[in-house]
Amino acid sequence: MQTSPEKISEPLEYKSEVRNLNFYYSEFNALKNINMALHDKKITALIGPSGCGKSTFLRCFNRMHDLYPGNRYEGEIVLHPDNVNILATNVDPIEVRMRISMVFQKPNPFPKSIYENVAYGLRVRGIKQRAILDERVELALRNSALWDEVKDRQHDLAFNLSGGQQQRLCIARALATDPEILLFDEPTSALDPIATASIEELITDLKNKVTILIVTHNMQQAARVSDYTAYMYLGELIEFNVTDTIFIKPKYKQTEDYITGRFG
Amino acid sequence: MKSVNNIDEIRRIITHHKRWDLIFMITGIFALMIAIMTFMALFAQMLFDGMPRLSWDFFTSFPSRRAESAGILSAWVGTTLVMLVTAVSAVPLGIGSGIYLEEYAPKNFITEVIEINVTNLAGVPSIIYGLLALGLFVYQLGFGQSILAAGLALALLILPVVIVATREAIRSIPITIREGAYALGATKWQTVSDHLLPYSAAGILTGIIIGLARAIGETAPIITIGALTFIAFLPPSPFKSEFPFISFEWLTAPFTVMPIQMFNWVSRPEEAFQLNAAAAGLVLVVMTLAMNGLAIYLRYRMRKNIKW
Repeated sequence: MQTSPEKISEPLEYKSEVRNLNFYYSEFNALKNINMALHDKKITALIGPSGCGKSTFLRCFNRMHDLYPGNRYEGEIVLHPDNVNILATNVDPIEVRMRISMVFQKPNPFPKSIYENVAYGLRVRGIKQRAILDERVELALRNSALWDEVKDRQHDLAFNLSGGQQQRLCIARALATDPEILLFDEPTSALDPIATASIEELITDLKNKVTILIVTHNMQQAARVSDYTAYMYLGELIEFNVTDTIFIKPKYKQTEDYITGRFG
Repeated sequence: MKSVNNIDEIRRIITHHKRWDLIFMITGIFALMIAIMTFMALFAQMLFDGMPRLSWDFFTSFPSRRAESAGILSAWVGTTLVMLVTAVSAVPLGIGSGIYLEEYAPKNFITEVIEINVTNLAGVPSIIYGLLALGLFVYQLGFGQSILAAGLALALLILPVVIVATREAIRSIPITIREGAYALGATKWQTVSDHLLPYSAAGILTGIIIGLARAIGETAPIITIGALTFIAFLPPSPFKSEFPFISFEWLTAPFTVMPIQMFNWVSRPEEAFQLNAAAAGLVLVVMTLAMNGLAIYLRYRMRKNIKW
C-alpha cells in the first residue's frame, strides 16, 4: 500500500465533511444533496443569490434549525477528528453548539455588560472561578481586537458600543469558549465600510486559530478573506473550490455569471 | 389637458385640503375632552365631598353607626391582605404558565386551544369568578368566607392578565437575542432564566400591577364569596411574639374590602355616610393611580438599559 505524506495528512486536513446533506423546512427541500468539506483552520466562504440556502446551510452546523418545529435533516455533517455525525438524532444539539460557535448577521449582544456578554458562554459551561473568567474574557477580547478599546469599561453596557464594536464583541463571545468551528452569517451586512474592514481583518487574523465558515452577500469580501469558496444556487452546491480558482477560472458559466455580476 | 402649474392654484388646493386637518383636529380634541372631563368631574366631586373626611382617624377607625366616627381600618387592612394573597398566588402561576406556553409548549392543536381560552378568560365577567370561588374555595375546599378564598378568587380573575403580559413581554424580545443564547450552548431553562425573564421583567411587572389595580376595585366576586359589610375587628396579626413568630391564622379570618365598605356606606340614607363613601372612594382611586404610576415608573426604569 502506498503511504504518501499527503495521504496521511488528508484526514487531518478536513475539519468537517458534509455528505449528501438534504434539509427540509416542513415539505420544502431547502438544501439538495450537498457534499463538501471544511478545511481545518481555513476560511470557507458561501456565496450565492438571496434565498439560495447559504444561511440555511450554515445553520445546519450548529443545529439551529432544531429550535423550530417541522425542520428535518437528511445526510451527514461529520466533525473530525472524532468522526461524529452532528446531525444524528442521538447527538444533543446543545453539545454541537458547545463545539461550534456562531456570529449572527446583526450584532446581537445581550443587554448586559461587555464582560458578562463574553463570559456567558463560559458560565454556561459551568466555569465559575472569577480568575479563570477574567483571563478567558481578556483573551477573547484581545483575539477580537476589542481589548484596547474596552479594557477600562468592561462593566459598561454592551449597547453603549458602536455597531462595529458590538459585532466584534459578539465575535469575542463566540471565541471565548474555544470553538472548533466559527460560523459567520453575513457578519458585516449591518455595518458601515470602516467597521466592515475591521471585521474582515479580524476574520483573516483568526484563520490560523479556528476553522471558519462564512456566509456573505459581498463577493469582494469572499475574495478578500476566504481560502475556499462555495457557490450555491436554489439549494444546490454548484461549485466548490479554492477561492482563486472560483474567482479567476470558475468551471461553470453560472458561477462566472454570478461572480461577474451578470446575474444575482 | 390642463396641468396645475399655476402657483396660486396649487396654494388654493393645499389650503382646501388642509381644512380637513383642522376639522379633524377639532373633532379629536372634543372627543378627548368628553373622556377627560367626565373623569375630572367625577374625581373633583369625590375630592370635594371626601377630602374633609380624610384624617388620621378615618384610617385608624372601624366602621361605626355614627358616620363621624366611622373609618376604613378594617377595609384597607382587608384589601391589603387580600391583594397579598392574590399577588402571591397569581404571580408565580401566571409567569409559569406564560413561560411554558411561549417557550416550552409544543405548537399543536391543544396548545392553540389553551392559548385561545386563556385570552378569552380575561373577558369573563368577574361575578362568574365569584361563583366559581364560592363553589370551589368556600364550600368544596372549605376555606370559608375568608381572606384566602377572596384572594384566590381575585387571583383567578387576574391570572389571564398576568399570563398574557408575560407572553407578550417574552415575545417582544428579538429572536436574535434568543438565538444568540442558544448558539452559545444554553439550554431552554438557561435561556429563560438568564435572558428571557430578566429582559421581560419590566413588561411582566407592568402586567402584574395593572392586574392588581383591576383586582383592588373588584366588588362582585368578593360579595359573592360573602365578605362582611360591617366588621369591627381586624384579622389576627401575621406576626407573633413567640416562636415561630409568624402565623397564617389571618388567612381564614372574615374580612371586608374597600369597595364593599364604600358600597355599604353609599346604600345608607344619611348624607354623612355619603361623604364617608366619597372619602373611601378617594383613597381607592389614589391607591389605583399610585399602582399604575408605579407600573409606568418601573417600566421606564427597567427599559432604560434595553434597546431593541
